[in-house]
Amino acid sequence: MPRLVSHPDEVKVLSRRFGLGATNIDKYLELDGYAGVQKAIAKGPDEMSGWIIAEMKASGLRGRGGAGFPTGMKWSFVPKASPKPKYVLVNGDESEPGTCKDHILFREDPHAVIEGTMIAGLAVGAKMGFIYLRGEYRYLLNIVEKAVADAYAKGFLGKNIFGVEGVDFDIVTQTGAGAYEVGEESALMESLEGKRGIPRIRPPFPAVVGLYGGPTIINNAETIANAPHILLMGGENYCNLGSPRNGGTRLFGISGHVERPGVYELPMGYPLRKAIYDVAGGIKGGKQLKAVVPGGASCPVLRADEIDVGLDFDQMAKAGTMLGSGGIVVLDETVSIVEFALRTIKFYQHESCGWCIPCREGTDWIKKTLTRVYEGGGQKKDIDNVQYLAENMMGRTFCPLGDAAAMPTLGFVKKFRKEFEDYIEGKKAGTPIMTTEHDLVGAGH
Amino acid sequence: MSAIANSIFSPELAARFDKLVTIYPAKRSALVPMLLYAQDEVGYVSEAVIQEIAQRLDLFDLEVRSVLSYYSMLRTKPAGKYNIQVCTNISCMLRGGYEILDHCKKKLGIGHKQVTPDGQFSLEEVECIGACCWAPAMQVNYDFHDELTAAKVDEILADYSAGKTPGDTNKVSE
Repeated sequence: MPRLVSHPDEVKVLSRRFGLGATNIDKYLELDGYAGVQKAIAKGPDEMSGWIIAEMKASGLRGRGGAGFPTGMKWSFVPKASPKPKYVLVNGDESEPGTCKDHILFREDPHAVIEGTMIAGLAVGAKMGFIYLRGEYRYLLNIVEKAVADAYAKGFLGKNIFGVEGVDFDIVTQTGAGAYEVGEESALMESLEGKRGIPRIRPPFPAVVGLYGGPTIINNAETIANAPHILLMGGENYCNLGSPRNGGTRLFGISGHVERPGVYELPMGYPLRKAIYDVAGGIKGGKQLKAVVPGGASCPVLRADEIDVGLDFDQMAKAGTMLGSGGIVVLDETVSIVEFALRTIKFYQHESCGWCIPCREGTDWIKKTLTRVYEGGGQKKDIDNVQYLAENMMGRTFCPLGDAAAMPTLGFVKKFRKEFEDYIEGKKAGTPIMTTEHDLVGAGH
Repeated sequence: MSAIANSIFSPELAARFDKLVTIYPAKRSALVPMLLYAQDEVGYVSEAVIQEIAQRLDLFDLEVRSVLSYYSMLRTKPAGKYNIQVCTNISCMLRGGYEILDHCKKKLGIGHKQVTPDGQFSLEEVECIGACCWAPAMQVNYDFHDELTAAKVDEILADYSAGKTPGDTNKVSE
């Protein structure tokens, strides 16, 4: 069972209802549930949208899926008048390796996601929202579906919500069926429209032309679930919990070689070193730290001497990596970076949808080359070849999957080049973990 | 009365599909869920499933096949009654995911995407299932099992063999 964890340094905003039975709508109501959305509706039709967007902008909330785009600004991009219906699409296709925060959010507080979806809808003038969960999360889909049904039964969804004339909002839940690529916003729309999850070229951006051709707000589930809290506590108060230009708190999933792995809610800007050594209890079994993948598998690795950095979008960018999805994967001294790099690229090769050639071919050739190195047949030029391949994927694909595969690869070969060279010469660091030889074959291959 | 005469699905699923095609702005949006729900009932996406779903959504069979081949959870061959999906992605890898996979292979005598002769179990190595902080983890059909050890896997498999649902699955109490 996903275990709930706790640490005194946590600042619980989003997670404050975790473990309190808030899947039950009455319990959720007891804990200020659906108060944020009603506060917005009470502003009246003329001021509601402007007020919500102003609060969201003041909150400094940035997209929790990984890109870190300011949410209030994103919402303000949706045109006021549109000949086509507008939509809200909640991305719960959580699949970035190292990330399980939305898992626990859906499990513990599904109504917060529903309420946030309604708030986004009211802000942009959408009357319909979709909550898309990855196919593997069936038990969570059942939880969310029940929560949606309960909200309908109370009159919180449907026509004239909360008894207010002319305020309508519907929510449809949707399941995926196994595809990392669908976590990318344009591929997500394709999937929801019943197609293969391949990306769309932008512009036009979804806020202008999205689902079914209508303006669409697409937000990560954690981002959306913050909206009710922001409206209740005030955007500025939320903002002040975090670091400059990085408002609020965030669910960080700390996994790998730590004593107390778990999902912790920490203020933005919290020191990474403390997150590993205090919050997560330090390196498992008293071993030494070797490296950290700080925000899901696609983020460039940090060496043990690079972890004195704050967990926010700007500080991580300055450190040459990304905050990403907030999934912090900790590697101890026993890990072979050659092996870890291979396992990482195997994933991206498997998940490349095959639409853009640099990604489809690049991930495949990096995997082949690293496999050869791993199996002992590597040549020195292989390291340069891997780097060349990765550099030529960067920025040359419709969606960020190409970059997501190239960035960690570049991080591994640049920061641990000596380890790759030694490995090729037969001096292999670390203890091998992988045992399978077969290739996972992805949709694009 | 189903919208389709002689549906291959149970009356409950046929009724569910009748409704599902009406809730979206475009009915094709029901395609991915329909394929998955059909697979849940039939065991895999058979030719008959493809044809009926195509008919329900006014699509060509080919369009359904094109979508079907994209998603990794959809299969065109039967799996075991209990499909074991062991995650070996980075977080699980660091905490023994490969040992769990190897243990399952040995215990069941089958490899990746194979089915035991009695049809009870099948095994898959899968990519990240979103249980990183509770690694190593696996799914048996849709049930999550996490913080696994070889001994815990033995208990879980024994429970399924005996037709019981293991106690630690993710049923949520209110």
